Amino acid sequence: MQSGAPLLELRGISKSFGGVTALSSVDFTLEAGEIHGLVGENGAGKSTLMKIIAGVHTSFEGEMRIAGQPARHRSARSARDAGIGMVHQELSVVPELSVAENVMLGVQPVNRLGLVDWPGMMRRARALLAELGIDVDPRVPIGSLPLGLQQLVEIARVLSSGARIVILDEPTSALSPPEVEVLFGLLRRVRDSGRSIVFISHFLEDVLAICDRVTCFRNGRLIETAPVAAIDKGWIITRMIGAGHEELEAGYTGEIRLDSRPGAPVVLACEAASGPGFREVSLEARAGEVLGIYGSMGAGQLDLARALFGRTALSGGRLSLDGRPLALRNTAAARRAGIAFVPESRRSMLFAQEPVYRNVSISILGRISRLWVKPAVEREIAQRQVESLGIRPPSVQRRLGTLSGGNQQKVALAKWLTHLPRVLVLSEPTRGMDVGAKEEVVRIVRGLREQGIAMLVVSTEPETVLSLADRILVMKRGEVCEEFAGGTVSKDRLLAAA
Amino acid sequence: MSTSDSAVLPRNGGGLRWLRGQLRNIAPFATLLVLVALFSIASPSFATLDNVANIARQVSVTAIIAVGLTFVILCAEIDLSVASVANAVGIMVAFFTLQDQSVNIANFPLPGAAAIALALLGSVALGAVTAFGVTVIGIPSFIMTLAMLQIGAGICAMLVRGQIAYAVPAPIELLGSGSIGPVPWIVVVAILVLAIGHVVLSYTRFGRYVYMVGGNREAAEYSGVNVKLVLAAVLIISAVCSGIAGMLGVAHFGSAQQDEFDNYLLDAISAVVVGGTSLFGGQGGIGNTVVGLLVLGVLNNGLDHVRIDSFLKILIRGLILLLALVINVYAQRLRAKA
Ligand SMILES: Nc1ncnc2c1ncn2[C@@H]1O[C@H](COP(=O)(O)OP(=O)(O)OP(=O)(O)O)[C@@H](O)[C@H]1O
Ligand SMILES: [Mg+2]
Repeated sequence: MQSGAPLLELRGISKSFGGVTALSSVDFTLEAGEIHGLVGENGAGKSTLMKIIAGVHTSFEGEMRIAGQPARHRSARSARDAGIGMVHQELSVVPELSVAENVMLGVQPVNRLGLVDWPGMMRRARALLAELGIDVDPRVPIGSLPLGLQQLVEIARVLSSGARIVILDEPTSALSPPEVEVLFGLLRRVRDSGRSIVFISHFLEDVLAICDRVTCFRNGRLIETAPVAAIDKGWIITRMIGAGHEELEAGYTGEIRLDSRPGAPVVLACEAASGPGFREVSLEARAGEVLGIYGSMGAGQLDLARALFGRTALSGGRLSLDGRPLALRNTAAARRAGIAFVPESRRSMLFAQEPVYRNVSISILGRISRLWVKPAVEREIAQRQVESLGIRPPSVQRRLGTLSGGNQQKVALAKWLTHLPRVLVLSEPTRGMDVGAKEEVVRIVRGLREQGIAMLVVSTEPETVLSLADRILVMKRGEVCEEFAGGTVSKDRLLAAA
Repeated sequence: MSTSDSAVLPRNGGGLRWLRGQLRNIAPFATLLVLVALFSIASPSFATLDNVANIARQVSVTAIIAVGLTFVILCAEIDLSVASVANAVGIMVAFFTLQDQSVNIANFPLPGAAAIALALLGSVALGAVTAFGVTVIGIPSFIMTLAMLQIGAGICAMLVRGQIAYAVPAPIELLGSGSIGPVPWIVVVAILVLAIGHVVLSYTRFGRYVYMVGGNREAAEYSGVNVKLVLAAVLIISAVCSGIAGMLGVAHFGSAQQDEFDNYLLDAISAVVVGGTSLFGGQGGIGNTVVGLLVLGVLNNGLDHVRIDSFLKILIRGLILLLALVINVYAQRLRAKA
């Protein structure tokens, strides 16, 4: 860090949306050549502050200086020209375009005729990806890649754009541990070249591992900034949520007891099932038991989950529900059979333009109304879910798109909790949630387990599986390679198996 | 106007933000007011009760077609076959009716009720073929309905073989060209169809699914909604609306012949889009379509009153449509940001 003006300085930033205050008089500084962590509960205002810096929100109070010079962006574009790049919490890749086009979005090389120089673009994209250690074919459409790789490609795009200030809003939420390592190596190199990074995350361990300084937010206020050497997890949690919650995130470093219930009736069984991304998978989900399926990105467990909900068809093998054969022609059939599914990407689960209550009621509409919709009933049901899940702000009328990322994730879960399904498949259920909310999910899942629901928790995060599962299957290259039932398991053994 | 949001979302203080979010509803309405004011000033014969009735009559056939099209566009699909299906079904009903000696068509006379039932069935069948192509085979609706446009034209050609038929069953005759008191029946039917469309879209479960499928198809799928069934249903609804419009239209025009509905494709699409229903699906509704119809009706009718070069008229309509498209896309962006 150098003396003189900081690279970025914000003074007295306030921002409200309609009646909701998202930020109140925040002072924030970012030094040149630092990785600055931002933490705070869901809805604390982290993304909003970053969107102000990146020119997405242009109306706000307060002032911004870049290297001492007053700056006020008129658009995301003018922020980019000022050297600010941002990877948003919601992926913003163009799924139909190739990886190369996505990496080069806005900066495509052109030839002398002014046309896009395709071979040049492919070459540059390939070189860039190789340099960043990302192993993908730049020609494939990015939408066909697993979420983690899409995320890495998007990060690569911003890092390679030459931005002086790089904002990463929850960049690791879709990444597997090795991918996180790749990313961290990259970030350190970027920092050492004198550029600065803002790193938002709910993974406090990641924040402590990579950041130089950490800033805590609560309810739209900046609570405190401290160098990472002086703090620990407990310090962060106290400032994020308040004292008395330090045991959250105690970590899953030790041995975790598994209490599988081998005697419980089998609800959903899958015999030698094959489909896109997985082969010959056999498993049994039992009533009142949480079956965790762990695997690194691309190991096939997320694909398996989609097939169990009828989203993709099986190419071989059999499914049965309560011992009776089950054919899933489409997702509607799965819903009717009593199977519920929360996918890993909230964009593909939620209706951003619709109010919260319609997002909650959509999957149970058939139960509360035959012909006519009953908005009053829907609102009441949604209100109960909003309260029991602690969704903020607690209004069911708000457009879903105005909720913070973590709160949207809670709505995705709320959809299936009003009319309890027989089988609940959760894909990455805690992605994007703050530590308090994660604990909440653990509590909800335990509650559902008591009610005898058969649950599958599918994840690429060992912590998620360890905190929720009673029995764990590990998948690798599309096949189940190990089962942990009974006894204990540790994160290390899980990682070793995958 | 839009049934999907203005009624249920709180206005939340920020008036300007709210206004920006409502651009797609406000702009068409403002356009309508401006046009009415302009024509009223320009021509004394425009703002008369008689002329209001004229406008209503002139937009009726378009209105019935536009209701079905609203369903389709709300699902982020398109139906280019509406006018052609209307023409085909109109000709079908004439084909099954006893024609005058002078009409040289090898037709197949049936009792009126049977003729109407068969023609309606024909429209369902045409819609079902489109639905099959789109949902089962997976042909984009843009292409599939283009094919259906051609098929409809083919049916027309086969049935009338260049001739003109005049007779239609009595109930159709009455609804298409009769009136109760001063009010033409066709206007009553159009209002009824609009009302039913509105009720279905705003107050039924099916209507909700239409909005959800249009808003985010993947999310609808992941919520266990049978997306293909919804898409098939809206395509059939569109064909049936077109069929009704076609039958009444034939009575309204007084003849059934090839190509007589050609203008209605563009008119119906314009009405829906000018009204502010999003081409990207999920937003808008019958309220918007009503305003769109009135804008179009006032424009067409008003230009006649101010005695403008009739060739210029065509250009002006094109420009208005372009403007509406610009607003439509722009409103989508503003709202996504709001
Ligand atoms: N476009 C918007 N319109 C209205 N309210 C908004 C909008 N964007 C954010 N908010 C509100 O501002 C507050 C802060 O949201 P923000 O997205 O900054 O939270 P966050 O700290 O990033 O949370 P998370 O960890 O869940 O992503 C929330 O109450 C949210 O509902
Ligand atoms: Mg956020």
